[in-house]
Amino acid sequence: MRHTISVLVENKFGVLSRIAGLFSGRGFNIESLSVAESLDPNVSRMTIVTRGDDRVIEQVTKQLNKLVDVIKVIDHTEEKFVGRELALIKINAEPQLREEILRIAEIFRGKVVDVSSKTYTVEVTGDEEKVEAFIEMLKPLGIKEIARTGKIAMSRG
Amino acid sequence: MKKTGAEILIECLIKEGVDTIFGYPGGAVLPIYDALFKAPIKHILVRHEQGGVHAADGYARASGKVGVCLVTSGPGATNTVTGIATAYMDSIPLVILTGQVPTAMIGNDAFQEADIVGITRPCTKHNYLVRDINDLSTIIKEAFYIASTGKPGPVLIDLPKDVMAASTIFKYPEKVHIRGYQPTYEGHIGQVKKASDALMAAKRPILFIGGGIILSSAYKELLELSEFTHTPVTTTLMGLGGFPSDHPLSLGMCGMHGTFSSNMALTNTDLIIGIGARFDDRVTGKVDEFATGAKIVHIDIDPTSISKNIPAHIPIVGDAKDVLKKLIGLLKKEKKNWKKDNQEWLNQVEEWKVTHPLSYKQGKNIIKPQYVIEQIHEVTKGEAIITTEVGQNQMWTAQYYKFKRPRTLLTSGGLGTMGYGFPAAIGAQVAFPDKIVFDIAGDGSIQMNIQELATAVQYRLPVKVAILNNSFLGMVRQWQELFYNKRYSYSCMECQPDFVKLAEAYGAVGLRVENPDDVKKALKEAIEIPKPVLIDFIVDREENVYPMVPAGKPISEMLLV
Ligand SMILES: Cc1ncc(C[n+]2csc(CCOP(=O)(O)OP(=O)(O)O)c2C)c(N)n1
Repeated sequence: MRHTISVLVENKFGVLSRIAGLFSGRGFNIESLSVAESLDPNVSRMTIVTRGDDRVIEQVTKQLNKLVDVIKVIDHTEEKFVGRELALIKINAEPQLREEILRIAEIFRGKVVDVSSKTYTVEVTGDEEKVEAFIEMLKPLGIKEIARTGKIAMSRG
Repeated sequence: MKKTGAEILIECLIKEGVDTIFGYPGGAVLPIYDALFKAPIKHILVRHEQGGVHAADGYARASGKVGVCLVTSGPGATNTVTGIATAYMDSIPLVILTGQVPTAMIGNDAFQEADIVGITRPCTKHNYLVRDINDLSTIIKEAFYIASTGKPGPVLIDLPKDVMAASTIFKYPEKVHIRGYQPTYEGHIGQVKKASDALMAAKRPILFIGGGIILSSAYKELLELSEFTHTPVTTTLMGLGGFPSDHPLSLGMCGMHGTFSSNMALTNTDLIIGIGARFDDRVTGKVDEFATGAKIVHIDIDPTSISKNIPAHIPIVGDAKDVLKKLIGLLKKEKKNWKKDNQEWLNQVEEWKVTHPLSYKQGKNIIKPQYVIEQIHEVTKGEAIITTEVGQNQMWTAQYYKFKRPRTLLTSGGLGTMGYGFPAAIGAQVAFPDKIVFDIAGDGSIQMNIQELATAVQYRLPVKVAILNNSFLGMVRQWQELFYNKRYSYSCMECQPDFVKLAEAYGAVGLRVENPDDVKKALKEAIEIPKPVLIDFIVDREENVYPMVPAGKPISEMLLV
């Protein structure tokens, strides 16, 4: 099963490599990972999406907790949480397609953030399904490039 | 008053109670060596950095204190890796101090630069690169704290040369607080109650103990629990010494080369209380068939050890000593005739012991390796500190030296590092100058750190080395005999040094023994000599270690002699 895990870590040199090394060294997989400073500038927040059966996930969370630089581990899977990701999609924008792109973007509350003579770059945020659906809709028009953040997550309430 | 980084380092070490360090100098640590020159700390100059870490490790295992090792950058640092990994696998508290190129040069492939923090990340409990002299004292304090608390382990501190040469006002942090590191010592009483209920209800219980008993000094509590409840005890390799081997409730070691009684008891038990043991594959054999009828209580200070290999029904995170005290407290309130209730099980266990004891036959002409170990046990009255190398020598030592006390067997259990035993013996002898310290070695392993003979001679450390010389990488040969149709592919050491002359060349004493009748005499003689002595016992070349559970088989399927 897929799990979304938030990890609060000391904002120190080398922490990312400790976490990445833990996953690779023990054969756990990382589907996505995003990291940035949290409210407290000494603390970074990582969101890791990983996959495994209960035993694997139990080991993942225990091993994360064991790292000295890890302050807190929250597995969101057992609770209600908000998960979001952001995607930038660069798409063919021949004159006859522009109308269609804008319409699809509007449905998904996407925003055109860059325009050139041949391409539009559209930004969309949402949960994974929404981002996937958006990309699917745009595919027939000719996507040139995609950049996606990993998921970030927060418990509800 | 301002102090240099190197002076601060030495001062912090003294405040941590460090009186001995094992080290090897080089360019990047010259400022530290200069500060050490006049410091009240004993420095043991080893002959190879791997030997330095193993010696610090032996010192730590024997004494319970944190072992400290100091080496230079680059090759000095990389030479420590095997030693660090060895200590990490066995949870031994060490602080490794490595020199590093000046901060401005880090990352430039400078002369003798190695990213030792990156290299050792997966084999240290934690590690640090000190970039600012003002962090130095806090980092050292944290390093010793992390190394010695919770599940102990090695911590490395990388010290750039410019940080050691810089100076600042020295402030010593009296306390440590690390928000991401708060080990759980106290077992949850609700869980302990469940364990107590399970033991009350069990008909065929067994206590299965590992190195955690020794690390937490829970020896007395374990003895009390076992005796009070009439429950037999089996130990892992790391647990040897945690329970007296000559006790009627002792079954000895379990696992791949464990006793018949241990492995049968673990297979037929209805309740395993695992304490400070991680159920590794050398113990469990085929996991799916391990103790299938048993409920499992798993007590460990490290939550990741619990249910990693074998799912636990009753997990208890905590220090073994605390949990055992609570468990004994609860059990003493209960009414139960333990002796009567466990008698049938104890009879069964006794029958396994009596019908299948460890055995070998010593003939007239050729020395059996097991005999040498039994004789070492006899002449040292079981009171020596024993280290081992890896291979058959290690397994026979585990089987035939009847350990009575914790911290008397120092052996590389987790990593299985050949070359560990001799430097570890040196470290143990430094910690206990008056004890008899024996390294039981193979002729292959001893050559991996033989250079430390010079260290032993220089510091007048009278360690004894008993080489069980079979002119083979014996354990490899045993596997090739049993599982590869006797194809002895590169496991025969066709060219060996003359160990007696070698010892003499180093200024130690060398003895050779070829006759069974001379074994005891030679051992006594060696003990009398106040110098390092290396005894070359020429033993039966193709003797095997039995029982043996072939890899991947359930532990009930033992090959017996
Ligand atoms: C550093 C290292 N290299 C290789 C091995 C693999 N290995 C395990 S036992 C063994 C043979 C050891 O031979 P020896 O020291 O002569 O001891 P014996 O088995 O004959 O007692 C080897 C090569 C190891 N454990 N450690």
